[in-house]
Amino acid sequence: MLALHFLRALVRINQTSDPSRCIVAQRSRRIKLAAYASIALAAGRRRAWSRAVLCSLHGRRACRVRALSRRRVSSGKKAKGVHPTEQREGGGQVGELRRLVPGGRSMELCTLLEEAGSYIQCLTAQVQLMNMIADSMSK
Amino acid sequence: MSSRRSGSRITEDDLNELVAKLQSLLPEARRRSMGRASASKLLKETCSYIKSLQREVGDLSDRLSDLMSSLDDNSAQAELIRSLLR
Repeated sequence: MLALHFLRALVRINQTSDPSRCIVAQRSRRIKLAAYASIALAAGRRRAWSRAVLCSLHGRRACRVRALSRRRVSSGKKAKGVHPTEQREGGGQVGELRRLVPGGRSMELCTLLEEAGSYIQCLTAQVQLMNMIADSMSK
Repeated sequence: MSSRRSGSRITEDDLNELVAKLQSLLPEARRRSMGRASASKLLKETCSYIKSLQREVGDLSDRLSDLMSSLDDNSAQAELIRSLLR
């Protein structure tokens, strides 16, 4: 399922992008977004992290330029710290985990750990898939 | 486990359960290198693992993008991708 979503996205990206070298970086960004979309679609809407990824991608598709500048501003805000009513056990590490897992800021601690586990599994599968594709394209 | 935990302190049992849960999320190699770990160390290792996976996705995206630049429409690789999607 994951492979299907991602390969379709790769073909789409290949068909719609200009082969000139100056936008290799742009295509790389599109591939990265396709990777996250694929793992979110494969995980389905039952996971909070996958819903969060799909929501943010939907917003991104609607207005790419604004989303980029918003991310720069909001990443500064994220660094200022977590919500005061959140548990502080584990020190800043819980806060960091909340920042890393999509949608993590509004989760209860137990849920955060479950979601982190699912997210890690899907990221690992995506990395394996991308390695396989890259290796087969390098031959 | 109670779902009403926001704002109240975690008990020792809850903490042990969380530690065990976290430890099972990590791959074998990272688990082995940690030995007996505190919750804080485990959280740190989990965060570091997620960051490394995200970094790998970024690096692989760069690599795929480079490879796609050299991908010819009629090449065997393009055919491979097309055939996988049939």
